[in-house]
Amino acid sequence: MADDAASRRRRDPAPSRPNTGVAQLLAVFDDPRKFWLAIAVVLVAVAVAPLLFGQYATVILTNALLYVVLCLGLNIVVGYAGLLDLGYAAFFAVGAYAVAILGQQTALGFWAAIPFALVAAAAAGVIIGGPTLRLRSDYLAIVTLGFGEIVRFSARNLEITGAASGISGIEQPSLFGWHIDSPTEFYYVFALLSVFAVIASVRLANSRLGRAWLYVRHDEDAAEAMGIDRVRVKLAAYVIGSIYGAIGGIFFAVNLGAISPESFSFEQSVLILMAVILGGMGKIPGVILGAFIIVLGPELLRDLGELRLLVFAVGLLLIMLFRPSGIWPSRKS
Amino acid sequence: MSAQPDEGRTASDAELLLEVEAVEAAYGEIHALRGIDLAVRRGQIVTLLGANGAGKTTTLKTISGLVRALSGRIRLAGRDITGLKAHEIARLGLVHVPEGRHILRGLTVEENLELGAFTVRDAATRRRRLREVYEQFPILGERRGQDGSLLSGGEQQMLAIGRALMQEPQILLLDEPSMGLAPKLVTETMGIIRRLNEGGTTILLVEQNARLALQLADYGYVLENGEIRLENSAEALRADRSIVEAYMGSG
Repeated sequence: MADDAASRRRRDPAPSRPNTGVAQLLAVFDDPRKFWLAIAVVLVAVAVAPLLFGQYATVILTNALLYVVLCLGLNIVVGYAGLLDLGYAAFFAVGAYAVAILGQQTALGFWAAIPFALVAAAAAGVIIGGPTLRLRSDYLAIVTLGFGEIVRFSARNLEITGAASGISGIEQPSLFGWHIDSPTEFYYVFALLSVFAVIASVRLANSRLGRAWLYVRHDEDAAEAMGIDRVRVKLAAYVIGSIYGAIGGIFFAVNLGAISPESFSFEQSVLILMAVILGGMGKIPGVILGAFIIVLGPELLRDLGELRLLVFAVGLLLIMLFRPSGIWPSRKS
Repeated sequence: MSAQPDEGRTASDAELLLEVEAVEAAYGEIHALRGIDLAVRRGQIVTLLGANGAGKTTTLKTISGLVRALSGRIRLAGRDITGLKAHEIARLGLVHVPEGRHILRGLTVEENLELGAFTVRDAATRRRRLREVYEQFPILGERRGQDGSLLSGGEQQMLAIGRALMQEPQILLLDEPSMGLAPKLVTETMGIIRRLNEGGTTILLVEQNARLALQLADYGYVLENGEIRLENSAEALRADRSIVEAYMGSG
């Protein structure tokens, strides 16, 4: 399998990529000899960033790492399985509310609550995906959009979710007597989650299920004619994606200590989707890059004041205009 | 995959591999099939003839589970497969090569072939079948690293058939394999089908070129408005003037 991947990388026709500086830099990751070096550089950079940039930047970078987890999760749905999901923030919300509610109403404690939150998110994935994944084409996008709004409206109106004001006073977790409460500590928690998310994504992409996703994404009919159960394969993508979303939500909730329905708006779903498309669907480094751009872009443009979102939007449009399959696309798109 | 003895191929008492009984199907309001009966014996090539819209493609899709049968029975080697899902039927050894070939763009020839053996969990078996397909279609071996969708029409047809063979099907359903091919490639494709059949694969063939189809086939059915209008041995159909005039043009 490893051989296979290497030979595939070698076969990748380099000339198809424009020979610009950025492309050359990105190509370093596609070169098997330099790959591990590049990974090491990135890991060291992630490890020392909080020491170099101070507290404010650390908080922003933590948010970027949260987005890395969310975007990698949505990438499984959109990039691997080829399903359009416009309500991904719903799973993020389910994870966040589940730990918040369990923390308040039960004596489970944070770590014991996690499995329940994950099961809740997976169940939500099955409930929404089960009936709709049988549909072909874009019905799924509409249903997921509706689902996202239903979850947000429910959170805003139910008593148990604290209605519009949400839930506050969510306790921060401890691990073997170590209380995780400073921004820097949470930064490292999210860095660790991101690393796990990347490893899981790589393993999934190279698995049997990953190949099934590849085939279903390219041609459902051909895949089905060759014995692949397209509904089951898509549902697996949907449920795994929802678990990623829930993991992001769980740690989001304990990091902020308070959540409210507006954290899980349609805009949030769109931002995550935008990061995935911008970076390059299906390609892990591309998706990570997309997550960082979406979070850091508006921050870096803060000096522009009110104009910053306009400039950022124009920048995104230009990127999509010149690199329609993302900044760092997958070969198989 | 031992070669079938020749007399077994044509003998009318060979095992019934595929039986279709009074099958009806519809697309929405349109009643596409109005009670189809047909049978394919192991080792045969059977062809479905008929004008456009007669229901040939729908018949294949209904057999392979892509279209749901409203009524009737479909049996594969005696087992009732009516109502099974397409992927389940494929796993039982009935493989449909759909019209339009469905080569996956952006994937290499080899990756396209690997799709065909997706359900085979044993890597050694997958490699052996890949080798067999390359032996049968050397051009696919030469092009194994190329994007499958960039092959010529004839090569794509070979790829589509090769991909189906990766499943080692008991019976292949071929929908218009010669469509869009140059005359020379049409002849070549027909040669491939004959060779596959001689290698032991049973074939149900839908073909616009009725003359060629009847040269290959042991038996033929003529569809009209979703019904079987007549059936006979290919030899008899070739000799039938009305068939010749209706489906093969003059001459």
